[in-house]
Amino acid sequence: MSESAAPVGNVRRFPLLGMVMGVIVLACLAVALVGPWIAPYRPGQIVGSQIFGAMTASHPLGTDALGRDMLSRILVGARYTIGVALPATLGASLAGTTLGLLAASQGGAADAVLSRAMDVLITFPSLIFSMVVVSAFGSSVPILILAAAVIYAPGCYRIMRSIAVDIEATDFVRVARARGERNAAIMFGEILPNMIAPVLTDFGLRFVFIVLLLSSLSFLGLGIQPPLADWGGLVRENIEGLSVGAPAVIAPAAAIAVLTVAVNLLIDNLPRGWRR
Amino acid sequence: MAAVSAMAANVEVSGLAVVGQQAGGADVPILREIGFAIARGEVLALIGESGSGKTTVGLALLGYARRGCRITAGRVKVGATDVLSLPAGALAALRGRRVSYVAQSAAAAFNPAHRIIDQVIEPARIHGLLGRAAAEAKARQLFRALSLPDPDGVGARYPHQVSGGQLQRLMAAMALINDPELVILDEPTTALDVTTQIDVLRAFKKVVREFGTTALYVSHDLSVVAQIADRVAVMRHGRILECGPMADVLAAPADAYTASLLAAAHPQPRAASAGAAEAPPPVLEVAGLSAGYGRREGGAALVPVLHEIGFSIAHGSIFGVVGESGCGKSTLAQVLAGLLPASAGTVRLNGAPLPRRVSERSRAELRAVQIVFQMADVALNPARTVGAILARPLAFYHGMGGAARRRRVAELLDMVRLSPELAARYPGALSGGQKQRVNLARALAAEPALILCDEVTSALDTVVGAAILDLLATLRRSLGVAMMFISHDINTVRSLCDQVMILYAGRAVEIGPGRLGPGEAAHPYTRLLLDSVPELRTGWLDHIDHAEAEMAAGGFHLADAALPCPFFRRCPVRIAGTCDVIPPPLRPCGGGRQVACHHALVPLRAEG
Repeated sequence: MSESAAPVGNVRRFPLLGMVMGVIVLACLAVALVGPWIAPYRPGQIVGSQIFGAMTASHPLGTDALGRDMLSRILVGARYTIGVALPATLGASLAGTTLGLLAASQGGAADAVLSRAMDVLITFPSLIFSMVVVSAFGSSVPILILAAAVIYAPGCYRIMRSIAVDIEATDFVRVARARGERNAAIMFGEILPNMIAPVLTDFGLRFVFIVLLLSSLSFLGLGIQPPLADWGGLVRENIEGLSVGAPAVIAPAAAIAVLTVAVNLLIDNLPRGWRR
Repeated sequence: MAAVSAMAANVEVSGLAVVGQQAGGADVPILREIGFAIARGEVLALIGESGSGKTTVGLALLGYARRGCRITAGRVKVGATDVLSLPAGALAALRGRRVSYVAQSAAAAFNPAHRIIDQVIEPARIHGLLGRAAAEAKARQLFRALSLPDPDGVGARYPHQVSGGQLQRLMAAMALINDPELVILDEPTTALDVTTQIDVLRAFKKVVREFGTTALYVSHDLSVVAQIADRVAVMRHGRILECGPMADVLAAPADAYTASLLAAAHPQPRAASAGAAEAPPPVLEVAGLSAGYGRREGGAALVPVLHEIGFSIAHGSIFGVVGESGCGKSTLAQVLAGLLPASAGTVRLNGAPLPRRVSERSRAELRAVQIVFQMADVALNPARTVGAILARPLAFYHGMGGAARRRRVAELLDMVRLSPELAARYPGALSGGQKQRVNLARALAAEPALILCDEVTSALDTVVGAAILDLLATLRRSLGVAMMFISHDINTVRSLCDQVMILYAGRAVEIGPGRLGPGEAAHPYTRLLLDSVPELRTGWLDHIDHAEAEMAAGGFHLADAALPCPFFRRCPVRIAGTCDVIPPPLRPCGGGRQVACHHALVPLRAEG
């Protein structure tokens, strides 16, 4: 009898790249928490007469269009970028995944109603929708979070529903149905554990989209309001510095890139056992 | 083997080794020291269970190794060419022209977007051997040789417009169009029904003889290759255990593993001794059951699959359901499990009516009927450990938790002859046989009165499947649980079951004791099924009745279900004017057997 089992690799090992990226993401989170206390200057404080200043010992990332310390503005801005994007992504992922599971496992009318409702939501261009919401309700952190979550939930729903529909048709789900399991047990006990990897990957992508959406909103002046600014807003404020190669415009753009790339590489390099 | 090599060997393989790369980067040997020769016009069978490396050998003859595998040593000579030393361009010129390949699933090997003829002549066109008209003429000649119905018209169709058995023959035509020096047939009949398999086998045998084809026939089924191969090589764990003339190996296997394969091919009677005590009360009674897919007004199914099925299963007995694919046997299991509500009829569990849907059944009713599916690997949640999978029904039905549940999980694993350490593993780390045992253990966890086994051994290797059958028989004896055993393999069912129901096009054509005595009455379809199972001896295929086989070929159509007797079109003993007008009722004909046939008695193999 050939009862030899398939070989399994070490599912608990954390890939080095994943660990490095994890450290970067943790560092960003830490900055978001304690940024104002470690910033060398107050974010709104004009520290000198030089605008778009170069990197110096006292201003490691130079100064901005009004002569404010760029390092301090980025350290403080982290809490707006991460503090809005993270809960918004969590909200979008949670809603999209749960509703996708519900539609796939219930089928029939529930699926039809949910899917058509999501179709309606997805027809609004994201930027225009958020501009309407922000101009109607004013720009505040909760409104921004809510708007971003609502805009990105339908995309997540689409992907998660299609994956869940495939899993729903497998024999182990039929076994669970024949056992008499309730729908919630099938959604979260049988189907969800098999889509952790796509849920996480989708989370990473959606996080990037939401950071970029917030940057666009800030760029249009509808995001975080001055004198405070998230990283996207910092890019906007200092865009004229681009022609003189000022670090003030490069640094926040780089911060956005580092954060989004790190989140995605972290998710792609989690130990295999976590995302089976 | 030396003797063969001395002859005009067309194909010579020596010292062939293939390794596969594991996730960690380490190499695992897949083939070691493979060596054999095939003489011109000879058919060599390569026999082995799944994972033995037989397909890897077949692909290596094309100079190909699957992704993640490498050919590390050895020589493959086809004619005078050393295949493994050829550069990529020369390999492409060899493949499809001098060496061709017939895959197991013809349905997956044909492109659904192109006409059949264009795909069959493609090898000739790619190698620039024949003009279009000449290639098509050659194809039609092959279609004729392969006994395809409508050889002139079949090419104009698309792959989905012909049956699976025909598609398999069309793929053989594709492989033969360039008169290759070697054809590799990789399990070409495994996915087919028994009655279709015979058809395809007979066609293959005919062309092999007619064209003097040299072939390597890869299969797991000794009985099948016994009909077509001259010699056989038995493989296991990447090595050839023995190689010799077919008849010699069958008569006197040199290797213990070959002997166990031979033993597993003869089903052992596992049924309980017949007529021991008075019949126990039925656990399940089914009457007038109809079901199908979709819903019409008034409750009838849009596509009816089962028609007025009635039977009962005694406590602690095994009830077999046999039929070809599409006859409705899996639908029956789903209806009884409550996954697919019946459109008519009643089901009684221990005398009380059983609601049609899962959602309407009480927890006790749910617990009493458990289902085990064919595909062991997709029936286990890959994200849960074996322990968690078994713990769920314990918590769900018995409210068991903590140490008691852990103990019971270990007990259940022991019941299905698995080590309790497997509880910590994920299904991906189990073999096919182990997975099917876990599936059984999960059903047993509910402590059911009836287990619905839907083709539970069909996806397993012969030897592993035989062990599962033994386990089922043991469990029935020790636990007294009744089973419904669904299979397409009539011999397996007869060896295991107390009562057997034969389904044809969704109708029960026969219900009776599993074992058929010689000369006992049986439905003509039962006879066809029995006659279609290849016997483990050479030359069996040549001795079956060709006229009857021609008539029976082709399987059933959905429309057959609407005929008064669904088997009418294929029946060798049909009575025109009766069988196509009056539906034959299911009626007793002695020995506890009921047969739906106008012939009062159809003796089994009356002519001997």
